[in-house]
Amino acid sequence: MNPLQTLRVAIRALLRNKMRSFLTTLGIIIGVSAVIAMVAIGEGAKAQVEASFASMGSNLLIVLPGSTTSGGQRGGFGSMPTLTWDDLRAMRTEVPSVKYAAPQLSAAAQLMSEDQNWSTRVFGTTPEFFMIRNWPIAEGSAMSDSDVESGTKVVFLGQTVVDKLFGANANPVGQLIRIRNIPFEVKGVLAKKGQSPMGQDYDDAAYIPLKAFQTKIQGGLQQFIQGVVLIGATTESATQLAEQQVTNLLRDRHHIGVGQDDDFSIRNLTELASAQEQGTKTLTTLLASIAAVSLLVGGIGIMNIMLVSVTERTREIGVRMAVGAKPRNILAQFLVEALTLALAGGVIGVALGLLGAQRLATQFHWPMLIRPDIIFVSVAFSAMVGVVFGLYPARKASRLDPIDALRFE
Amino acid sequence: MSSPSALLALEDVTKVYHMGDVDVHALRGVSLAVEEGEFVAIMGASGSGKSTLMNIIGCLDRPTTGRYLLAGEEVSKLDRNALAEKRNRTLGFVFQNFNLLSRTSAVENVELPLLYAGLHTRERHERSREALTRVGLGDRMYHHPNQMSGGQQQRVAIARALVANPKVILADEPTGNLDSFTSIEVMAIFQELRDAGITVVLVTHEPDIATDAARVVTMRDGKVQSDRRQEPQRAVPTPGGAAAGGEE
Repeated sequence: MNPLQTLRVAIRALLRNKMRSFLTTLGIIIGVSAVIAMVAIGEGAKAQVEASFASMGSNLLIVLPGSTTSGGQRGGFGSMPTLTWDDLRAMRTEVPSVKYAAPQLSAAAQLMSEDQNWSTRVFGTTPEFFMIRNWPIAEGSAMSDSDVESGTKVVFLGQTVVDKLFGANANPVGQLIRIRNIPFEVKGVLAKKGQSPMGQDYDDAAYIPLKAFQTKIQGGLQQFIQGVVLIGATTESATQLAEQQVTNLLRDRHHIGVGQDDDFSIRNLTELASAQEQGTKTLTTLLASIAAVSLLVGGIGIMNIMLVSVTERTREIGVRMAVGAKPRNILAQFLVEALTLALAGGVIGVALGLLGAQRLATQFHWPMLIRPDIIFVSVAFSAMVGVVFGLYPARKASRLDPIDALRFE
Repeated sequence: MSSPSALLALEDVTKVYHMGDVDVHALRGVSLAVEEGEFVAIMGASGSGKSTLMNIIGCLDRPTTGRYLLAGEEVSKLDRNALAEKRNRTLGFVFQNFNLLSRTSAVENVELPLLYAGLHTRERHERSREALTRVGLGDRMYHHPNQMSGGQQQRVAIARALVANPKVILADEPTGNLDSFTSIEVMAIFQELRDAGITVVLVTHEPDIATDAARVVTMRDGKVQSDRRQEPQRAVPTPGGAAAGGEE
């Protein structure tokens, strides 16, 4: 008997008891669909967290200048500028794991268009900033190096600022706005970026080239950076290394001896992101294990019904043996029946799980992400459940004595 | 007693069942030889050992001691797989209670031995159709057992027994659940099979049925009591005659 014939016999036997077969697979269906739905939604949540951290910038480190102590009062990080422009250059050129380094100077300022005004934060920076932040331009052109060098009075607006100053869907490129009463030409509008993981609106900001910021907003060039430095590491895995190397570089440049505190600090946002990810992962694992338990229960259901089926069909087994079925034919038949039940449950479960995840995602505006490998694993796992729980009843059937089986009432 | 050419040859076969602490001697030394093409009826009272003998001849069971040669081959020491093959290729069974698979069409029931012989679907179907036609059920191939009379069901069972071209057909009380008219119909089929050269061994406790056989072996207390040859009579239906027989 070849496998195909065995399969056909098994399917025919299962179809003889349609309702019972359906109820038996229900356990697997529920288990698999739960796994699929949970994982799809869990992965969606994870992807959302990842995306929101990616929106902050890829492989991002933030270097904050150090603290000051005056008259016993310690000022906290950022209270005294300790980072120099030479430090910035050194970080960019001397540390191999650093790809980008950009200063970020900021000030609160009132912006005025012809008929509206809006108070927001104005940042002075260089083109690299937008690389670190992964932030493309939606309208107009991007900040260029020549903008920075020549100190042109141009501004790049976030979407929220555009909405407030020019109204929704307006294209302000080429128009003039006033920042602290100094006219700036709108050169570009940044793509909409949304909220930071902490709920801050990224789009409520205006960016001007560093030199213009220093001369017009800050009021004169200074030796120290009056802000923070953003660093983009070469890769995500290099962020840790970059943090270490930048620390060493700055300690060296600032002549900080062993045992002395840093006069700066570095925030590693990749770590924060992975901590958040860990949280979602734990939740997903928890839900998936509950689902796995229900799969196990489904498997026991299959075993139970297969045992009933073997008893009920004892005579059939006897007849099959009398006409020449070998023990292994009987074993294969019942095993394939269990396997078919479990596999059918797995496949139906995947379909229902995807459908359910879709419904939940639309209903509650949850993100979802379908991972093909999870689909494969759940179907394979249900097949395994079928084999494991089908084996005992099938062995029992194959070991029946044909005479007893034929006489069974 | 047994000649080497015999199709079935039992030599001093015993069978002992262990039921708890008690040993039950179902067969106490049976020697029997059946030539190819014979029609043998095995008779005997309940507990005479005729069913045990049938099980051993049918390769469903193995003797405790003694030898059993089936078509010249010693089969009393074969394992379960080898016995299954013998049942599949050399033997065909007909039971008192038909033992058809329920909710399964006649043709699928008949196909069963061919399925285990590893034949392809088309050939299985073809041969099953032939076998059903041979027993006069060519027009009821797709009927299920519950849509057929007892006689028709038993004819399906006979078709199943002969579909794999066995050397021997073993029938255990084949008319036990049938009325006398149907019994005669069914017995006529066995006669035809014998005429076609198939060896038929029939277990019955109804003397009416045994008259069809050319040879009657009577069992008693696990031994062959008598083994006589007779002129087979083709029984004719007698109203109110042999009614449905009881269980053994």
